[in-house]
Amino acid sequence: MGSTKSTVPFRGTKEQEEALLAVIRGMKDEKGALMPILQKAQEIYGYLPIEVQKIISNETGIPLEKIYGVVTFYSQFTLSPKGRYQISVCLGTACYVKGSGDIYNKLMEKLGIVGGECTPDGKFSLDACRCIGACGLAPVMTINDEVYGRLKVDDIDDILAKYE
Amino acid sequence: MYRSHVLVCGGTGCTSSGSQKIRDRLEEEIRKQGLENEVGVVKTGCFGLCALGPIMIVYPEGAFYSMVKEEDIPEIVSEHLLKGRVVKRLLYDETVKGAEVLPLQETKFYKKQHRIALRNCGVINPENIEEYIGTGGYEALGKVLTEMKPQDVIQILLDSGLRGRGGAGFPTGLKWKFAAANEADQKYVCCNADEGDPGAFMDRSVLEGDPHVVLEAMAIAGYAIGASQGYIYVRAEYPIAVERLNIAIGQAREYGLLGKDIFGTGFDFDIELRLGAGAFVCGEETALMTSIEGNRGEPRPRPPFPALKGLFQKPTILNNVETLANIPQIILNGPEWFASMGTEKSKGTKVFALGGKVNNTGLVEIPMGTTLREIVEEIGGGIPKGKKFKAAQTGGPSGGCIPAEHFDVPIDYDNLIAIGSMMGSGGLIVMDEDTCMVDIAKFFLEFTVDESCGKCTPCRVGTRRMLEILEKITKGQGTMEDLDRLEELAEHLKSGSLCALGQTAPNPVLSTLRYFRDEYIAHIVDKKCPAGVCKDLLQYRIDADKCRGCTLCARTCPNEAIEGKVREPHVINQDKCVKCGACMEKCRFGAIYKE
Repeated sequence: MGSTKSTVPFRGTKEQEEALLAVIRGMKDEKGALMPILQKAQEIYGYLPIEVQKIISNETGIPLEKIYGVVTFYSQFTLSPKGRYQISVCLGTACYVKGSGDIYNKLMEKLGIVGGECTPDGKFSLDACRCIGACGLAPVMTINDEVYGRLKVDDIDDILAKYE
Repeated sequence: MYRSHVLVCGGTGCTSSGSQKIRDRLEEEIRKQGLENEVGVVKTGCFGLCALGPIMIVYPEGAFYSMVKEEDIPEIVSEHLLKGRVVKRLLYDETVKGAEVLPLQETKFYKKQHRIALRNCGVINPENIEEYIGTGGYEALGKVLTEMKPQDVIQILLDSGLRGRGGAGFPTGLKWKFAAANEADQKYVCCNADEGDPGAFMDRSVLEGDPHVVLEAMAIAGYAIGASQGYIYVRAEYPIAVERLNIAIGQAREYGLLGKDIFGTGFDFDIELRLGAGAFVCGEETALMTSIEGNRGEPRPRPPFPALKGLFQKPTILNNVETLANIPQIILNGPEWFASMGTEKSKGTKVFALGGKVNNTGLVEIPMGTTLREIVEEIGGGIPKGKKFKAAQTGGPSGGCIPAEHFDVPIDYDNLIAIGSMMGSGGLIVMDEDTCMVDIAKFFLEFTVDESCGKCTPCRVGTRRMLEILEKITKGQGTMEDLDRLEELAEHLKSGSLCALGQTAPNPVLSTLRYFRDEYIAHIVDKKCPAGVCKDLLQYRIDADKCRGCTLCARTCPNEAIEGKVREPHVINQDKCVKCGACMEKCRFGAIYKE
């Protein structure tokens, strides 16, 4: 479930808003369009602050409280922005029995944040995820689109150093 | 025509281990050697043996190169592709026997497998509809539309004995029959591709390796029940699958295999994708439909069942990806063929995602009735580092742990339920002596607490209370009465929850209590974790006889908990120790142990 508050002030641009309005116009008559609209909106803004939800509500006529309810229900949607490098540690069963919990703890310790948070400089955000399906390489984590498999706790320092 | 084909796996496992770079390098080297008109490179779906990725196979020889590295590519191209000399050094060692190169089917991993749902995975290029058609694709749809009545199609499925592969094992033909019987102006066919079990990736591999089979089967379903619209609800976490589905839908429309008037028979059917947004409960059928409608994915009470009032209140069927992948083959080969495989009440094959503490992690498709022993010891190649098998977990958060005493039970729907687990969607995680069963039960409950949608009280509150008791036990504060409380709560969850998520959430606890009660008791009475996992019950100690006093551990300790003089045995101060295990990893003399 998404975090319910955002700590960063909203800085949406005109271009972003126009892109969002175009998406809404293209979809709003489709049945069950809210989820695809929210997914596109998150692609555009990187997250779904209340300001963006209000735009969607005004354009589609869907009540804001319903939109907020949907946004906070699904773990993919986030109310606060993510870091430039999004770290995601797989805590699926296959990775867990091979020690991904230790990897996750080590990352929290190294970055000084807990899961779901972003470092104050906006560089790293850390999340736990469920199975990305690379169980053959367990334990696995991803940083943006890069996948790191067969991890050991000792590898963490070197991997983070790549993003310095 | 190419004289040789190189198939490079483009599934998620191999892509994660770098198969894209391998393919780029391969194409570059082939160009360098001027072989681009003689050798074709094909990006395929999953071969199954993910542990050895990245994988590539060269045909016509069938040479299976495993764990390929970029720097190996020039040698493979100049030796094998140019001069025709297989580079044995780089082959999967099970396929090399003296001077001979054995076919893949002779290896332990593949020998007992029988591929129906995974028939095309690792064989065809999933982004090219002609390759699917070339292996008999869309033939079943053609046959159904031109030669059969809807009720004949349903009868074939009933006769085949096919049961839903998503978890509960409901007969697929029966589901279709109910939906076909209900009159409505609009009906829907949905495909459940929201594979949420942690550690399961069967459906993803089918979608990535053979997306057209899902489209074809959905169109067949549409014809059988009288629906013209289909939805595939697929996890957004599967970007490769989403991309290939989009490509496949586009191609099928272009070829007139989706859309209006398919095969000139007047039958219309089209498919749309809907992306899930990371909610496990949306794998439940009514929750999935609620989510497609654009709401919070909460389940609805049944009845009415979806066959009567499903998506947008219209008659709807929902089938899982693997179920659908079986259907075109059943139509083409006949129900008797399918029913000849498997056990009395579970026909055909099942795909398992084999993971955890086993050598050959990956994807396997085996006839129903295969034993756990065959899967773990033969196909899986046993347990790494010579450790002892403790349990296999099937059914994900809804299933249970199967102990060694049931190693020889033939695996099918009913046997698994009888031994306290369930088939589930097909995750099979192997655990060895280093896995704590109380910790595993806690792990799954953390998952269900997280994923409980909150609509009904037994699930929302019950899972949390059960988790709290398990946390207490793993901290060494449990009492024997807690075990009774766990069992009592479990009964309430099973009988009182609205959907299968809550009804099955206690299974991991109940099955571990049933088979590994002594481990719970060790935590409660002896305050010990036999597997050495639960940190609060562990102590790290230094064996004074083995310690050489090198001071490495003391320097490694993040909390200065280790004391001692140079060349004298060191001691860990238990009050300061944070149990990170760093000292144990660093010690060169094996002097540090935990108990």
